Amino acid sequence: MKLYCLSGHPTLPCNVLKFKSTTIMLDCGLDMTSTLNFLPLPLVQSPRLSNLPGWSLKDGNAFLDKTELIDLSTVDVILISNYHCMMALPYITEHTGFTGTVYATEPTVQIGRLLMEELVNFIERVPKAQSASLWKNKDIQRLLPSPLKDAVEVSTWRRCYTMQEVNSALSKIQLVGYSQKIELFGAVQVTPLSSGYALGSSNWIIQSHYEKVSYVSGSSLLTTHPQPMDQASLKNSDVLVLTGLTQIPTANPDGMVGEFCSNLALTVRNGGNVLVPCYPSGVIYDLLECLYQYIDSAGLSSIPFYFISPVANSSLEFSQIFAEWLCHNKQTKVYLPEPPFPHAELIQTNKLKHYPSIHGDFSNDFRQPCVVFTGHPSLRFGDVVHFMELWGKSSLNTVIFTEPDFSYLEALAPYQPLAMKCIYCPIDTRLNFIQVSKLLKEVQPLHVVCPEQYTQPPPAQSHRMDLMIDCQPPAMSYRRAEVLALPFKRRYEKIEIMPELADSLVPMEIKPGISLATVSAVLHTKDNKHVLQPPPRPAQPAGGKKRKRASEEVPDCKVVKPLLSGSIPVEQFVQTLEKHGFSDIKVEDTAKGHIVLLQEAETLIQIEEDSTHIICDNDEMLRVRLRDLVLKFLQKF
Amino acid sequence: MDPECSRLLPALCAVLADPRQPVADDTCLEKLLDWFKTVTEAGSSLLLLQENPCLVELLFHVLKPQDPSPRVLSFVLRLAGVFAAQENCFQYLQQGELLPRLFGEAGPLGGAAWTAPTVRSGWIQGLRHLAQHPSALPFLGDCGAVDTIFSLQGDSSLFVASAAGQLLVHILDLAMRALPQGHPNPQACDWPACAQKIVHHVEDSLRCTAAPQLTQALNVLTATFGHCHGLWTPGLWVRLRPLVARLLEKDPVPASHALVDLLLSVARSPVLSSHCDPWETLALTLSRLSPTQSGPLALGTLKLQDCPQALRTQAFGVLLQPLACVLKAAAREPGRPGLPDGAADDSVTVDMLLSSKSACVGLLCCALAHLELLQPLPQCPSPWPQEALLEAVVTVLRFCNGSAAPTSDMGGHLCAILVGCVRVQRAALDFLGTLSQGTGPQDLVAQVFAVLLEYLASPDSSPTVLKKAFQASLGWLLSSPETPGCRDLDPQAQRFLRELLPVLQKRLCSPCWEVRDSGLEFLTQMARHWGGQAGFRQVLLASEVPRLTRQLLRDPESYVRASAVTATGQLSSWGLTAAPAGPEHPGVQQSLLSELLHVLCTDSEGFPRRAVMQVFTQWLRDGHADVAGDSERFVARVLQAASRDLDWEVRAQGLELALVFLEQLLGQPGSRCPYAVAVPKAAARPLAQALQTLCRVQLFEFAFRALFDCDRPVAQKSCDLLLFLKAKATSCGTPQEDRVIPDVSSVEATLQKWQAGEHGHPLGDLEPEAVMAVLRSMDLEGLQDTLAESSDHMEKSPQSLLQDMLATVGVLGENEADCY
Repeated sequence: MKLYCLSGHPTLPCNVLKFKSTTIMLDCGLDMTSTLNFLPLPLVQSPRLSNLPGWSLKDGNAFLDKTELIDLSTVDVILISNYHCMMALPYITEHTGFTGTVYATEPTVQIGRLLMEELVNFIERVPKAQSASLWKNKDIQRLLPSPLKDAVEVSTWRRCYTMQEVNSALSKIQLVGYSQKIELFGAVQVTPLSSGYALGSSNWIIQSHYEKVSYVSGSSLLTTHPQPMDQASLKNSDVLVLTGLTQIPTANPDGMVGEFCSNLALTVRNGGNVLVPCYPSGVIYDLLECLYQYIDSAGLSSIPFYFISPVANSSLEFSQIFAEWLCHNKQTKVYLPEPPFPHAELIQTNKLKHYPSIHGDFSNDFRQPCVVFTGHPSLRFGDVVHFMELWGKSSLNTVIFTEPDFSYLEALAPYQPLAMKCIYCPIDTRLNFIQVSKLLKEVQPLHVVCPEQYTQPPPAQSHRMDLMIDCQPPAMSYRRAEVLALPFKRRYEKIEIMPELADSLVPMEIKPGISLATVSAVLHTKDNKHVLQPPPRPAQPAGGKKRKRASEEVPDCKVVKPLLSGSIPVEQFVQTLEKHGFSDIKVEDTAKGHIVLLQEAETLIQIEEDSTHIICDNDEMLRVRLRDLVLKFLQKF
Repeated sequence: MDPECSRLLPALCAVLADPRQPVADDTCLEKLLDWFKTVTEAGSSLLLLQENPCLVELLFHVLKPQDPSPRVLSFVLRLAGVFAAQENCFQYLQQGELLPRLFGEAGPLGGAAWTAPTVRSGWIQGLRHLAQHPSALPFLGDCGAVDTIFSLQGDSSLFVASAAGQLLVHILDLAMRALPQGHPNPQACDWPACAQKIVHHVEDSLRCTAAPQLTQALNVLTATFGHCHGLWTPGLWVRLRPLVARLLEKDPVPASHALVDLLLSVARSPVLSSHCDPWETLALTLSRLSPTQSGPLALGTLKLQDCPQALRTQAFGVLLQPLACVLKAAAREPGRPGLPDGAADDSVTVDMLLSSKSACVGLLCCALAHLELLQPLPQCPSPWPQEALLEAVVTVLRFCNGSAAPTSDMGGHLCAILVGCVRVQRAALDFLGTLSQGTGPQDLVAQVFAVLLEYLASPDSSPTVLKKAFQASLGWLLSSPETPGCRDLDPQAQRFLRELLPVLQKRLCSPCWEVRDSGLEFLTQMARHWGGQAGFRQVLLASEVPRLTRQLLRDPESYVRASAVTATGQLSSWGLTAAPAGPEHPGVQQSLLSELLHVLCTDSEGFPRRAVMQVFTQWLRDGHADVAGDSERFVARVLQAASRDLDWEVRAQGLELALVFLEQLLGQPGSRCPYAVAVPKAAARPLAQALQTLCRVQLFEFAFRALFDCDRPVAQKSCDLLLFLKAKATSCGTPQEDRVIPDVSSVEATLQKWQAGEHGHPLGDLEPEAVMAVLRSMDLEGLQDTLAESSDHMEKSPQSLLQDMLATVGVLGENEADCY
């Protein structure tokens, strides 16, 4: 059993598990941090950006691809744990010869589609006049200014995929529900479990009859909108692969939400605008819910909230229809019937308005001061670029970063000097280390496998021993481009016996409670299922040539020697020998058993726990006699 | 006993004896018993019983083979004890064999009623009352009561068990006091049998390995040495000390809590501490107990008056140990002076700190709490290691928020245990606040301010932690030295304030109302102390805080609104106001006064309205600019609003404001402080003019309405105010009164209606003369006396109690008759 680790990003994992005869890819996250190396793509011509000296607008956005550690066309299935972890799917399904199936829950697919659609839209609506790729040449790259010259594996950066590729990739997905058991080639069974992190997010159990591997990726124990995490089903795992923990272990989400609200209110009360760069789904639902409760108390009811994204409408509406994937509280609302999320009411009362982009209706309705939620959190593309340019010069305005995926300082770099206030309130509801240690105590896996980042404190806080996984035995760690042999061997395989064969068995009790029977059968293996079938009857003698052929095909059904069991009581054995005329018998005790010496016959009988040897000098008669005497003490069947 | 009660008593006894008429209310029986206690304390119980044979009958009645209710049985047992407390009455009851039948094995002791805890409790308390004289001792021995008490020590009801222990102490004391005088320290063999029995029982329990018995014995001894200071107590302690010392040899020391209590009780007893030197045992115990167990003992030891210095040093060392270990873990050695040498290396404490999260948190919280308790006491150890403690607390706080970067293994481990621990954060911040009563070197105080700022700014600080951080900050700001000459904050505190205000600004916008509330309270306190100082004013006015505070007057949470009212009031007193601006109020500048009046008139909750009244009273008293201009109009508007208020505290505060106004018009009330230096009267206006003013602001209507208020404090306050006015008027004399006698009949008629509860009638316009006439004709002094009596003074009399009890049962009887 091997694990191929294709991603070095612990929250955007991509691992391939070879288990029995299957090759399973676990997630395919897309690390987009390389976009931070590019200049923002402005929606309207930006004199500031286009007049920058030297290296003017050049290449399109590009992303890190997988290393060639494994031939991706051999991957049988891809299991997706949440919509953030499927963003690289088109690269794999469309460009590697992949022919398998992708499994994901319905909300994962739908919201994943929205995220991809938004990404493609953001990139495609600002086509570039020129593009360059020569700089990727190592010799030229070396000449570029830092940090570009230090970027690694620039050659693997790819252009963004197209909508066509997205649709084709998504068509390969098969929808699954929580706890649904999916057979893969009869060899293993995979089951998604609720992971509590996002709508439809799942952990996966991959098991055969005797082995169980749990894949925990992006889970949350907090009470937010999704269904709570299913922990019980993770018990008794041989291996638990643990990825997707919180990226900001020192920030408690509750405190951060409070911070978010306080700063938002403070800015708006001063007449400033608030910009929240965010993804179109996920934490934004919780933020809107908090604001719903907070705005009246903070006297902000007259402040407009704008949500701008090509998929804003779909995201807000989709969230309301996935009732079965929501937490209990929200599910019960549906039966009242009420919309599960209060953002419906915000929209109804005109407090929250959503637009596909800044063009069109938005420019008519736009009123300041206001709060704008828009993408992309990297600040390199999307409508957010426009608002950064628009509001960056005034210290009354504030940009509040809530998504933890990008370093906010790097994201802000191309906008410097910046007068607007920047607040960093990363809200990451995924498991923190305290919750992990509780989870591991509860679930008790035999082995834990995790990215190497989790096995030591964060480099910036090397004294924080509490910010790492602490378990016994210590977790096995992996890093990018590493192949890990998982620390357990498969020892058993389930084989079925056909009823008629089972009928013919005659078990003999050799010890109380243990019966044995010999079986002669043909092992039939098909679709990874093993069946013992009755052996074919010996073929009737027929024509010469035919008979010869038949004997080649049918296995030799020789008369099998009986199997022996039992032990030889030395004293009785000696008495028997004496009865049969052997004299001058000497018994020696050895470490493993006994040696019976027949001095006269110059013969030696070694009796050990699992073997008996008769050593005599070329006297076959004597040996056979002695053998028969030994056999008298043993049971045959 | 008055004749009316004597008359009612037989009927009541009959009711109590009748099981068909259950007494529904326990408190009646308690009151009845209290009454009997006062009656017997005042006179002879024997006489009482002889004059009221029904009482003896009642006592006998419960012995009849019927099941009386447990409540009545418990009452009768206690009543019998109360009577038997007097020796002659005891003899009288003994003659009738009543007492053995009540308290002996033939009594309820063996019956089904014994299963009720109230009966067992009544039995114990009965004996407790009874055991007041030496002749009770043979009785207790004869009826086998002591053995029963022993068994009741382990009773399932905690009240019964505790009372049993106290009874044992009482009996022991009684028995030992009964010893002939002149034997200050008698030999054990001379002790009365009863005392010997109890002491043997205690000795057996002390040898016992079972924790409950051991704890019971230790508790009995603790109470004995705590309450009995006879000369026999040293003898008892000398006899038992070896057994106690043997407990200390065990590992772990059993029943450590009870043991600590006992040793402290011994050390506190004046007789024992002077006779048999408890210090050595204390020192031994301090060294034997585990760090968590020894904390309370160390604190108790340090509180002792005449404790030897060496022991004090040892005890203080115990309290300091955990913090010394923390300092060492943070690799702060060589640290500040003051911590005992080697304290940080104490392996037991270190092991305890690192053994588990709960042990570590418990130990640190106890140590911090104990030191906090100790600091303000006169017994506080000197020298007090202020610097080392400051550094230790700052280190603990840094461990708790993860900002410490320890290099040692122990430090790393402690950090992992303590990070995010709210309990330790709270205890440490409390202690840090207490430490502000001392000072510290500049660099340390800078660290204190830095760590406080970290906590105040951190989004992870819980509301309670924040509140404590605010309190500690205030303590340290108050203690920071003023810059000589200009009475301004010192530069360090000034810098802290500058950094604090943006944080406070954010906290005032917190979604959590507790945070907004404690932020406002903190702001109020700051403004109260430094409102006049240039540095503070400058920093505050440069921030958004005054404007945000004003916006919080419309907060949805009433507590926050109340705090915002107080804060804006305070800020405004110092001229630190901000005009409301912002999206909701473009251009409209509403004065704070009208905004507060709006709160007073419209707020649905009492707290903000009360706060407004307090602010207004203060403004009037201080001559606030918004008020001083037209104080008459101001008072009229406020009183009008207050008189309609449903909250009595608002109305009472209205009277307070009225009084301030009166004082300003007429001068200080002389009766309030007869020794006060007379205020020059020049400021006070002539009475007639003043009365005119009071009539114009309708103060009289307000006061008269309040006089008949259904809430007594309001009426009392109003009565005081009118009396003051009446006295003032009398002393000045009104020349016109002889000439015109106004017709006040309509006013008096209205007042009578108000007294009858019909407040709807208006009083109409009042003339000063009419008011004075009404005041003179009213019996305000009589009203004051009536109001001074508590509202239940009528119902408190024994007669009323007896009547009530009879009435409740009588009603039951009538209902019964109806049913048939």
